[in-house]
Amino acid sequence: MKIAVCIKRVPDSETRVKIAADGKSLDEAGGGVKFVLNPYDEFAVEEALRRKEKAGTGEVAVICLGPAAAQETIRTALAMGADRGVLLQTDKIPADPFETAKVIAAELKSTAWDLILFGRMAIDDYNTQVGSLVAELLGLPCVTAVSHLDIEGTKGVAEREIEGGIEVVDFPLPAVLTADKGLNEPRYPALKGIMAAKKKPLEVKPVQPGAGALEVVALTPPPDRKAGKIVGEGPGAVGELVRLLREEAKVL
Amino acid sequence: MTTLAVLEQRDGVLRKISHEVVTAAQRLGGGVEAVVCAAGAVQGADQAGKYGADKIVTLTNPAFAKYAPEACAQALADRAKQGGYRTIVFAASATGKDLAPRVAAKLGVAVAADITDLAADGGGVVVTRPVYAGKALLKVKVASQPAVLSLRPNVFTPVERPKAGAAETVAVTVPAGRVVVREIKAAPAGTLDVAEAQVIISGGRGLKEPANFKVLEELARAFGGQAAVGASRAVVDAGWRAHADQVGQTGKTVSPSLYIAVGISGAIQHLAGMRTSKVIVAINKDKDAPIFKVADYGVVGDLFEIVPKLTEEIRKLHG
Ligand SMILES: Cc1cc2nc3c(=O)[nH]c(=O)nc-3n(C[C@H](O)[C@H](O)[C@H](O)COP(=O)(O)OP(=O)(O)OC[C@H]3O[C@@H](n4cnc5c(N)ncnc54)[C@H](O)[C@@H]3O)c2cc1C
Ligand SMILES: Nc1ncnc2c1ncn2[C@@H]1O[C@H](COP(=O)(O)O)[C@@H](O)[C@H]1O
Repeated sequence: MKIAVCIKRVPDSETRVKIAADGKSLDEAGGGVKFVLNPYDEFAVEEALRRKEKAGTGEVAVICLGPAAAQETIRTALAMGADRGVLLQTDKIPADPFETAKVIAAELKSTAWDLILFGRMAIDDYNTQVGSLVAELLGLPCVTAVSHLDIEGTKGVAEREIEGGIEVVDFPLPAVLTADKGLNEPRYPALKGIMAAKKKPLEVKPVQPGAGALEVVALTPPPDRKAGKIVGEGPGAVGELVRLLREEAKVL
Repeated sequence: MTTLAVLEQRDGVLRKISHEVVTAAQRLGGGVEAVVCAAGAVQGADQAGKYGADKIVTLTNPAFAKYAPEACAQALADRAKQGGYRTIVFAASATGKDLAPRVAAKLGVAVAADITDLAADGGGVVVTRPVYAGKALLKVKVASQPAVLSLRPNVFTPVERPKAGAAETVAVTVPAGRVVVREIKAAPAGTLDVAEAQVIISGGRGLKEPANFKVLEELARAFGGQAAVGASRAVVDAGWRAHADQVGQTGKTVSPSLYIAVGISGAIQHLAGMRTSKVIVAINKDKDAPIFKVADYGVVGDLFEIVPKLTEEIRKLHG
């Protein structure tokens, strides 16, 4: 099995969001931002490793579009067990995910992958689409938000959560899949893996994504929720809570 | 210029989220054409007129009996190209999140996804989207032709603005899909999905053990079928509740009228999924729990004493 996994370097969700002086971006330097491998991409990497282990042969390559510092993100995936990494290096990740998709698709095009895996979404921009866009650009079948997967030969069956149920989807390989939570439990890189990762091939290719058609106007803190109140303590406060929900909030 | 509002149906019945799509679309001015892919007539499709659709087009093909991602994307992209719409609006529902990028890619553009606000701006559209786990709002000018948007569910409250709603049915030819929905395993009858409920009562580790969720289920029942029971990741990972019920960054994003967090501390990843709820109530024994910072109303104390009392009071209201 030849499997590509697209991974993104994102700020840890615990990060305190400090907005840069331009009013349009995250203050990475001043804000002391900690970066991690996008959590949904961990599910994708784990799935790729399990598929390769099951097949007994193959290759897992991880591909990341990002700044030089994203080498660290790639090393994390290599430490989990991926075989090699490609950094499509650019200082600025485009605000337009279609531009990201074009660069990634161009990199993937030259190899005959059996599977190309993505995360369901990146937890920084919440775009929820790069996998689907790449699939369309490559003309490959695509199943999104996969929480369960069976593959026999070139036939796959995936499950995805929808409102009020689970959709069971048949698809042929090669295919693009985006991973949701529930697909697997990602492994932690072991010390041995971390050591081995240092010696695995990591190719750096400078790229120049287009400007795209989405222009950031402003990045702002969310409006403060109207200061809430503690209605009281214990079951004695329930009467007052219900009164407030009816008369003040008008939700009952 | 006309906006194309993409409606949703399941089993031939229009999904309520479609009203939100039409409501948002008509805010851009210039008229709304609603479109839905279906195997035949869609029950409730005429409702789109009530919320502001000038025209309602049903694209029919037998393949649309179940969600057919590739066929549906092709039919919508064809329609979009013919109509030359300035903007195409989807719901960021499970289906919309899958479908919108497929259509956008066929049109050579991206989706401005999961938006919570929108406005026409000269030749383009300016949208607002929560990013960084809801800790910031990104305002983006969408200059692509067309602008493709998806709306966070439950944010655009449907507003009635009756328009002609002229119906048109067009039989379309579509390619055979490679990705085929074989079946839908439905959740047990009577359970409302958290993504669609107007009232959500979510439980966390404070519930102590899975069986205790029955106190939340009783409260949900007291709301007479409008309420769903949600969960924090801690209890989903522990296997107490299904992942479908998880609210938060790695679960569902919800914006109900009323969100009641019970025995949930309010970690940032949980808040990411529910901070756009209209009214938030927190019940927690720790008065310093972060959930109280986003709650409109808090009650400090033991949930096992407070929730049954609340259930009793709500039952009285719903008599
Ligand atoms: C990448 C990533 C993604 C994540 N995604 C999500 C997500 O999607 N959703 C999510 O929820 N979490 C998510 N988390 C986990 C999150 O960080 C928290 O660990 C989790 O939300 C905590 O769950 P909890 O509030 O139920 O448990 P705790 O934090 O343990 O809180 C339990 C609360 O119950 C209260 N309590 C205890 N007993 C009682 C009682 N008798 N009466 C009243 N109150 C009581 C306690 O005071 C406490 O505040 C994610 C974490 C990471 C790293
Ligand atoms: N800059 C990037 N480099 C590599 N993969 C990416 C990048 N951005 C997004 N992806 C992939 O696309 C998925 C969805 O991202 P998004 O559409 O931005 O929410 C992520 O989980 C990654 O798998």
